[in-house]
Amino acid sequence: MKQAYETSATLAGYNFAFLDEQTKRMLRRAILKAVAIPGYQVPFGSREMPLPYGWGTGGMQVTAAVIGAKDVLKVIDQGADDTTNAVSIRRFFVRMTNVATTEKTREATLIQTRHRVPETPLSEGQILVYQVPIPEPLRWLEPRETETRKMHALSEYGVMHVKLYEDIAQHGHISTAYDYPVLVNGRYLMRCSPIPKFDTPKLHMNPALQLFGAGREKRIYAVPPYTEVKPLDFEDHPFEIERWPEDCALCGAHDSFLDEVILDDKGGRMFVCSDTDYCGERREAGHTGRMSAPYKAEAAE
Amino acid sequence: MYVAVKGGETAIGNAHQLLAEDRRGDPSVPELSVAQIREQLSGSVDRVMTEGSVYDPDLAALALKQSRGDQVEAIFLLRAYRTTLPRLAVSLPIETGSMKVSRRISSCFKDMPGGQLLGPTFDYTHRLIDFALEAESTPQAEGKGQLADHLPQVVDLLNAEGLIERELPDADDAAVGDLTREPLMFPAGRDIRLQNLARADEGYLLALGYSTQRGYAKSHPFVGEIRSGEVAVEIDIPELGFAVDIGDITVTECQMVNQFMGSKSEPPKFTRGYGLAFGYAERKAMAMSLVDRALRAEELGEDITAPAQDAEFVLYHADNVEASGFVQHLKLPHHVDFQAELTLVRTMRAEIAAANADVELAEAAQ
Repeated sequence: MKQAYETSATLAGYNFAFLDEQTKRMLRRAILKAVAIPGYQVPFGSREMPLPYGWGTGGMQVTAAVIGAKDVLKVIDQGADDTTNAVSIRRFFVRMTNVATTEKTREATLIQTRHRVPETPLSEGQILVYQVPIPEPLRWLEPRETETRKMHALSEYGVMHVKLYEDIAQHGHISTAYDYPVLVNGRYLMRCSPIPKFDTPKLHMNPALQLFGAGREKRIYAVPPYTEVKPLDFEDHPFEIERWPEDCALCGAHDSFLDEVILDDKGGRMFVCSDTDYCGERREAGHTGRMSAPYKAEAAE
Repeated sequence: MYVAVKGGETAIGNAHQLLAEDRRGDPSVPELSVAQIREQLSGSVDRVMTEGSVYDPDLAALALKQSRGDQVEAIFLLRAYRTTLPRLAVSLPIETGSMKVSRRISSCFKDMPGGQLLGPTFDYTHRLIDFALEAESTPQAEGKGQLADHLPQVVDLLNAEGLIERELPDADDAAVGDLTREPLMFPAGRDIRLQNLARADEGYLLALGYSTQRGYAKSHPFVGEIRSGEVAVEIDIPELGFAVDIGDITVTECQMVNQFMGSKSEPPKFTRGYGLAFGYAERKAMAMSLVDRALRAEELGEDITAPAQDAEFVLYHADNVEASGFVQHLKLPHHVDFQAELTLVRTMRAEIAAANADVELAEAAQ
């Protein structure tokens, strides 16, 4: 493997995937521990990356630790491959590893994401790396790390149930729209990074390996393939996902997460798939929405 | 017709070109050299080295040039470079007692062995803008004299009477922690706290230190001693069996002396807060020593009542590279989360409107 690294043409003066091998080893040990204890936040010696904290440094370190010369990388932000930060992170890995990249969820072996899980179901052998800003699900309820670690150790998650109950009592709803708390493998309360709750069910029994990296907070955690991930809810207030009054205006999808796009200053708007690959694939297959022009393959970037 | 946001890569490229042009400024004005920054903006260079955690004036000056003088950005550049460097050796502790001193003052004593030495300082300058500086000048200092070394530490002078606590290495001789390799965990030992404070944002430490002077964790501080100057850095070479001097660095050290009323097990005495920074960074070293002392509240059996005494609060928010990144990440698109919130708020508003309509209908029917 090491030979393959050295022969790939990466940026002079930097190791394959930027981090030195000792650091990658430290990261891989943390990842292995995280996989062994699903949902448990493993503290790790997070490094300064050449991108700012809060911009995906945790996800980048995880990606750098697991990426190999033969991987095919996809990077998305808000579901899209072409948002500026996704472009920036993808370009960083191309400079540092020279791996192949793709926008196709199916073709990718490694997907780094911020705020979304792709609509196209993942398969065995794929790795989904989440960028996590705040890994601690109890943080808004208890600001102290020393306390929250204790609460996890004792599975003391009553406060979260109380919070959800108070939401229902006050608003008639659980007022958590994203970053919905889940119980992993029946043991650890986990934050799914701020994905909308629409995506939360996708974590459950997913055939892909899901890794979560929080650089600034220096924590890694994982959901191994085929692991139970259960959103917290109540028998009389079961977990529900968002619905939209319309279908995607471009591909007509009614089963995907839609972004609202404001068209003018008179309240005109449209809804489109946040997952650009999913939307493109549907349009390619001939699906249309109410505002779509006939599909034209866009020039590859 | 909605056009998908394409061309992010081109936009990023263009933005970086604009930034480069902006950094250079008016091309008819001569470009700054790294050496000019290193020699003439040493206050900025020192801060960037301290918070960037690398003693390298040339690299810090280059980072300042690249960041067009934005210090936090320059600190970030230096840190990101630092993480890629191999660790060849761990130096021995520097001996500030044998510093070649260019400045050394104490506010505890009128005079002491070795005397007060003002050295290059802004203290007692009148802060009047010097319009003469608009022209170039080469000032010559008189009274430079020989740099003193081996000046006794003022705090040690109090030790003869046992009036001040001694700073002794841990009995177990444990290795010093390193935050750049291991994550911050609690309770954090003093080694880790001091490393965190040394890398901490100067403005943040200044405000926290200041708060302890205004009643949020009162600690009665006196400047035991501030000294700035050159110290030798030595590393042990196992093959040689003795330590080798690998060069000199300039540091500023502050020993703050604080009153301690005593506890059940300890008679009243003075305690210490410690500050150390690269270069001439007195404000940073002083603020650091105040915060270090405040963070010792638990160890000294004091009540923890103020922000500066709260180790989790102080240490988790001290790093400006972390803070700057996370505050500014709010610029990144968040439209997926915002969409989720929009949907929720709309649903809740519709339900309230429906409920109100029902009430109105019921009232109208009565």
